[in-house]
Amino acid sequence: MAHTLVVLVEDKPGVLNRVASLFRRRAFNIESLTVGHTEQAGLSRMTIVVEGDDFAIERLIAYLYKLVNVVQVDDLTHTQSVMRDLALIKVQAPPESRTQIMQVVDVFRGRVVDVTNQSLIIELTGDVEKIDGFVEVLRPFGIIEMVRTGVVAMERGSSPLYVPLNGNGQAHLHPESISEN
Amino acid sequence: MKLTGAQIVWEVLKREGVEVVFGYPGGANLPIYDAMLDYPIHHVLVRHEQGAAHMADAYARVSGKVGVAMATSGPGATNLTTGIATAMMDSSPTVFITGQVVSRFIGFDAFQETDVTGITLPITKHNYLVRRTEEIGAVLREAFYIARSGRPGPVLVDIAKDAQQNSTDWEYDLTPLKLRGYRPQRYPLCQQVEQALELIAQARKPLILAGQGVLLSNAMRELQEFAERAQIPIAMTLLGIGGFPASHPLNLGMMGMHGEAWVNQSIQEADLLLAFGMRFDDRVTGNLKTYAPHARKIHIDIDPAEINKNVRVDVGIVGDLRETLQTMLEHLPRLDHSDWLEHINDMKGESAVRDIQYLPPDGHLYAAHVIHDLWRFTGGDAIITTDVGQHQMWAAQYYRVDKPFQWITSGGLGTMGFGLPAAIGAKFARPDAEVWAIVGDGGFQMTAAELSTAAQEGIKVNVAVINNGFLGMVRQWQEFFYERRYAATPMRSPDFVKLAEAHGLTGFRVERREDVQSALEAARSTDGTVVIDFRVEQEDSVYPMVPAGADLHNMIRRPLRAAIVETAQDEL
Repeated sequence: MAHTLVVLVEDKPGVLNRVASLFRRRAFNIESLTVGHTEQAGLSRMTIVVEGDDFAIERLIAYLYKLVNVVQVDDLTHTQSVMRDLALIKVQAPPESRTQIMQVVDVFRGRVVDVTNQSLIIELTGDVEKIDGFVEVLRPFGIIEMVRTGVVAMERGSSPLYVPLNGNGQAHLHPESISEN
Repeated sequence: MKLTGAQIVWEVLKREGVEVVFGYPGGANLPIYDAMLDYPIHHVLVRHEQGAAHMADAYARVSGKVGVAMATSGPGATNLTTGIATAMMDSSPTVFITGQVVSRFIGFDAFQETDVTGITLPITKHNYLVRRTEEIGAVLREAFYIARSGRPGPVLVDIAKDAQQNSTDWEYDLTPLKLRGYRPQRYPLCQQVEQALELIAQARKPLILAGQGVLLSNAMRELQEFAERAQIPIAMTLLGIGGFPASHPLNLGMMGMHGEAWVNQSIQEADLLLAFGMRFDDRVTGNLKTYAPHARKIHIDIDPAEINKNVRVDVGIVGDLRETLQTMLEHLPRLDHSDWLEHINDMKGESAVRDIQYLPPDGHLYAAHVIHDLWRFTGGDAIITTDVGQHQMWAAQYYRVDKPFQWITSGGLGTMGFGLPAAIGAKFARPDAEVWAIVGDGGFQMTAAELSTAAQEGIKVNVAVINNGFLGMVRQWQEFFYERRYAATPMRSPDFVKLAEAHGLTGFRVERREDVQSALEAARSTDGTVVIDFRVEQEDSVYPMVPAGADLHNMIRRPLRAAIVETAQDEL
């Protein structure tokens, strides 16, 4: 099944390459990967969707921790989390079908962000299934171009994901979560 | 203090206690070499950068300090890679410093430019590309720390030429390093230690599998105390050799593909395996589906990624082996497993009849004879380095190592060409020690040019070439699995005696067993490096052998010949 991992990495040159190279070398397929800044200076956050059973993902997390620039890895798959994908879709929208498309956009709570005589660009945010559904509905109108960001995810509740070192210099989670089955 | 980047390199090396560096100069690291002359660090000029990497690796394994090798950009750096990968697989604490083209040319396919950090990404523990002088000091300090801490390994620092040339104000930073993503866990968790002790208390047929972690964490004393108190026998991995005395009654010998038959059999019969600083390599386990089917498993390793990687375990403990054993020893009771030990002893006796040492002399010189005699001659006190192949396995079987850090071999990567440069590196780590490189005729020729390095340095290492005129291990596989179709394994070699002489060194040739002893004596009394060409039986094979992927208990055994067990009074 697909797992959603959140990987906090040091914001240094080549880190994306290290992570991507690890997936290649250890024969894991990345379904989607997003990278961006976080609330912590010097830390970037990757959200990676990867296919694999629980054992394989446990291995993958252990390998990720071997990378010196990887600070923390969490598997949000079995947690209560918000997962969002963003899509920009350029669709054919001549006057005769435009109203119909606008109604669909309304139903999905999308936004029209660009308009020409013959086309629209629609922005839609939501979980993967919602966007997949929207794309299917739009397809008969003629999709000219589409881009999706890939999933970003965040656990629900008030606690932060990243917990800096405690006084003993021991990392939060890290080795315990790996050696326990 | 205003210093050039090149000077900062040597300042950090000095602070890190580096005494010797192995390397090769070139266009992109000339500033570093120029600055070197002002520092009291000895540089060994190698003949190929692979040699420098192996020397630094072996230096580290013998001394316990970080080994350092240097090369220039492009081909200099790519030549290092075989040695870096060797150090990676065998967790050897090493730092590699390579010159890179001037920073504004990086990415423009400049002369001798190679993406060295890209190439070495999967074969280093970590690596760095340094473009600015200001970064050199901090990066090198981190490199040494990462190389030697946690599970040790190679770290590469690629420094642009202009970063070496430019100057900056620099003071050595004494504040502790802060690496947010790198925090090796030294101390085990109590709960898991308790679970492990419980399993030990329940076991009737426990067996310790001792790996290189014993040596890397300096846990030799703790291991011995543990084994003696709990009366648990120990099987060694190839790289674990030396972590527990070969002569100790609880030491069963080596496990795995060419392990002793009784050791592999014991693993298959055991009801508890205690894996100490080893990683269940496929050469150790054979078929994982049938591996140790009756055993519960406890695994102690500093690298969390090794736990449950190849073998699912009942208790996985992440921690420094020495710290963990110390914690366990606080609670470990005296135990008795005499039935189990007796049973293993019986199996051992059955195997002895097949040992080549006990076969009647047939006028041929066998590698086992040479290595056995070398062991007797040196009293087991020499530092032994090996190449890779049949001679390596025979050396592991017949050179009985009692002390740590004197058995240096390429295990994980199986790098031919390792033996001679490793011997040179070992000699620099312990100049007082007698060093023997046991090599095959194939592997020797891969790095034989380093004889010239030994000659230039005026050091004495001894090279025992186990010369069978074949790439022996591959030939053996062809004999067993490819109907004796010897494709590309017969090998013609130069006259090794003359080769030694061409380097201004000494060479001997030995063709009969009765001449082995006198050749060893002559080698010892000769000044400078010596090469002995031992012409051994051409088509001998290493036994026992677990074919790749086969069940560990399904070993190919040495065919029974007219064994004369009665006269086998040898302590083997």
